[in-house]
Amino acid sequence: MSASAVPSRVGTLPPLPDEQYGKAYDEMFSAHDVARPHYQALQRTLLRLDPEDLRRSQQAADLTFLQEGITFTVYGSKEGTERIFPNDLIPRIIPAHEWAQIERGLTQRLTALNLFLRDIYHEGRILTEGVVPRELIYSCKHFRREMRGLNVPRDIYVSICGTDLVRLPDGAFAVLEDNLRVPSGVSYMLANRKVLKRVFPSMFQDYGVWPIDHYPQALLATLRSLAPENSPYPQDPTTVLLTPGVSNSAYFEHTFLAQQMGVELVEGRDLLVHDNVVYMRTTAGPRRVDVIYRRVDDDFLDPLCFRRDSILGVPGLFNAYRAGNVTLANAIGTGVADDKAVYAYVPEIIRFYLKEDPILQNVQTFLMSDDKQRDHVLANLPQMVVKAVGESGGYGMLIGPHSSQQQRDDFRARILAEPRNYIAQPTLALSCAPCLIDGEVESRHIDLRPYILMGEKVTLVPGGLTRVALRKGSLVVNSSQGGGSKDTWVLRADDGDGRALKPADVAVKGLNGKSGAGSVATSGAGS
Amino acid sequence: MLSRVADSLYWMSRYLERAEHTARLLDVELQLWLDQSPEAGAGRWRFLLEALRTPAAQGPIDPTVLVDSLVFSRRNSSSIVSCIATARENLRHVREQCSSEMWEQLNRLYLDVMDSRPEARPEQSWMLKSHGFLRSVQEGAHLFQGITDGTMSHGEGWQHIQLGRYVERADTLACLMETHFKRTNMSADLAVDQVVESSEYLEWVGLLRACVAFEAYCKAHTAAIRPLRVADFLVLNPEFPHSIRFAVDRINAALHIVGDLTERKAKTPTRIAGRLRAQLSFSSIEEIMQGGARAYLENIRSECAQIHAAIHQVYFDYAIEGELAS
Repeated sequence: MSASAVPSRVGTLPPLPDEQYGKAYDEMFSAHDVARPHYQALQRTLLRLDPEDLRRSQQAADLTFLQEGITFTVYGSKEGTERIFPNDLIPRIIPAHEWAQIERGLTQRLTALNLFLRDIYHEGRILTEGVVPRELIYSCKHFRREMRGLNVPRDIYVSICGTDLVRLPDGAFAVLEDNLRVPSGVSYMLANRKVLKRVFPSMFQDYGVWPIDHYPQALLATLRSLAPENSPYPQDPTTVLLTPGVSNSAYFEHTFLAQQMGVELVEGRDLLVHDNVVYMRTTAGPRRVDVIYRRVDDDFLDPLCFRRDSILGVPGLFNAYRAGNVTLANAIGTGVADDKAVYAYVPEIIRFYLKEDPILQNVQTFLMSDDKQRDHVLANLPQMVVKAVGESGGYGMLIGPHSSQQQRDDFRARILAEPRNYIAQPTLALSCAPCLIDGEVESRHIDLRPYILMGEKVTLVPGGLTRVALRKGSLVVNSSQGGGSKDTWVLRADDGDGRALKPADVAVKGLNGKSGAGSVATSGAGS
Repeated sequence: MLSRVADSLYWMSRYLERAEHTARLLDVELQLWLDQSPEAGAGRWRFLLEALRTPAAQGPIDPTVLVDSLVFSRRNSSSIVSCIATARENLRHVREQCSSEMWEQLNRLYLDVMDSRPEARPEQSWMLKSHGFLRSVQEGAHLFQGITDGTMSHGEGWQHIQLGRYVERADTLACLMETHFKRTNMSADLAVDQVVESSEYLEWVGLLRACVAFEAYCKAHTAAIRPLRVADFLVLNPEFPHSIRFAVDRINAALHIVGDLTERKAKTPTRIAGRLRAQLSFSSIEEIMQGGARAYLENIRSECAQIHAAIHQVYFDYAIEGELAS
């Protein structure tokens, strides 16, 4: 295709020439050549643009990412230790009323999941009443016996959450995964916005887009509100971010967040525990630490308690935690609630604790531990997506339609060997959105990861990380598997021209400059 | 400030200073080489290696191999590329402690240097454009220094950066001069106003240029190159940034500020630095020459090593139990 055809393709040609994308929900077009109201202003801008401008801007953006070192690390590849996270210039736009529903739905979901964690590590009511099978919880490899009977500040186990949402062919949002351990990617959300504003200010014309820059402040406020009872300065707790170190794939994000929050970025070797109190080694001598935003997995936190071979952790940390002298965010043992088999029960969990119907639906999920469901899945393996329950990052997955017979046989054997370790879902047609691929605008599958903070109050910064499966036809959006991302705009109104602004939405968002906090939805769970 | 962070900033700064110094010295040497007979070459290269604290290999020296090892070799941990890569790696570990502008500049310098490697650009002869490359390294380091001063809070971290830079500078200057004095056979009874012999003129100008001092020296003492004045200028001048005295003054000032900021009881680093500073403040170049210039410079180097060890022991790697008990 010639360069001059680029804008016309966005504006006038059928947006979904591909059979493959035919079934999926299109974020931009409602019908042939008809852009949805909230995309119309963007369509006009794209049509006006010189294709050369678009290409130049994409190059400028790529260069910015490289020069600022906004990179991630791919494990298991020899040469490519640092790579930039591919960024796509065309924003993904979410109108106000859709965001309002996402916001309510995620707040409800996280509130229920925190109550669930508190319950299974204490009385276990939900297990006694048989809503969630006991063996499912106790067989989960992320269940931590050590957490039984341990109280955490405000009863909040998950204070930082990044839930993956997908849009189904009928346009409804559904939750694909809850990431309740150490969700990453928020720095790319912020970087995408910064870069887009810099290289492409004209795109923002005619749009009322909610700002997202206050995320780090909101994160810090959340962490500080979780100061341990025994802190000598509960009003002014010393907060640090614990990173596994420079070779971690999300290291850029750790440095970025620490810098934006103005807290120390520590590694395990900077901390030590003395008399069940955590200190960091500073040039002015040891200094007490109250709250640790840890980006290290449970297993590696404390070699005395979890994996003995961990050199990333701090010996004695868990005892300090048990003694109530330090807060870990997220708490230890939250992985049991984002186990992919437990995921299937989340709608029931919401009904059980909140007596409400779930606002956001789940994706249909088959448990391999159930004989009937397993038989159904094994009979229909080419149409299924199979996932290992405890994995994340797109590792340990089988995508039925894109798999070979050998891969399917391999997974069949694995499922039969360890049924509890796998779930299956029907292959979803993720929604698609226009992306700039080698200078041409083409459709690609996307998902959405909004970030929810829960401390003294719940904060959802209006935006999120829209991940893009850059390989044509691919359904895998993970950065480790060749995914990219794009800026995500949440509009103050329902269309791009700023009309139909609902007063209710403005009140909910309450973005007055001083507090800097994002959209406050409801108060925290069980506090 | 975290000890690990202070340590990384200190080393980042030392490595960058070393890269800048190596680039400047090599730049000067390659230009002097053009003015010389081929026979004088071998001696020059040995001198250069010694001045850079790099042990020379046995046997004849191939200039291309030598330059490659000083500029690009990753096996030589003091080559320009290794220094810049190590400086960047240190800063990468503590990125949140510096301004984004600093990181971007050092990262850019690193990417440019990597891109100039012969294996990245096999079609071009490196020696032909060595001057441009070595200039760009020096400029990149200067730019980083300016960005650091202009964008980073002049708090404790900045002071550790100063410490790294000036400890390295004092040490490299002392080493360079020591080698130079050895080469030029400076006698102890040299008169202050003795002008340099024409055979050694280029060497002395080279020394000044290697310390970016030629113009500053000329302003102070005119273009008549008098060895004792040059030595005085490079060792004892309190105003010129590439003199040993200047570097030691800065080390001293930074250590006092860090000591105040951290309220540490141990005073070893400030004591040693203060002693060295007093020595430089109250020496005259005639006395130094009479007592033996090379011994004097060797002593400065040993004091620098002690300052380094004391900083390490008091701020970076102290025994934690003792601290908590008190």
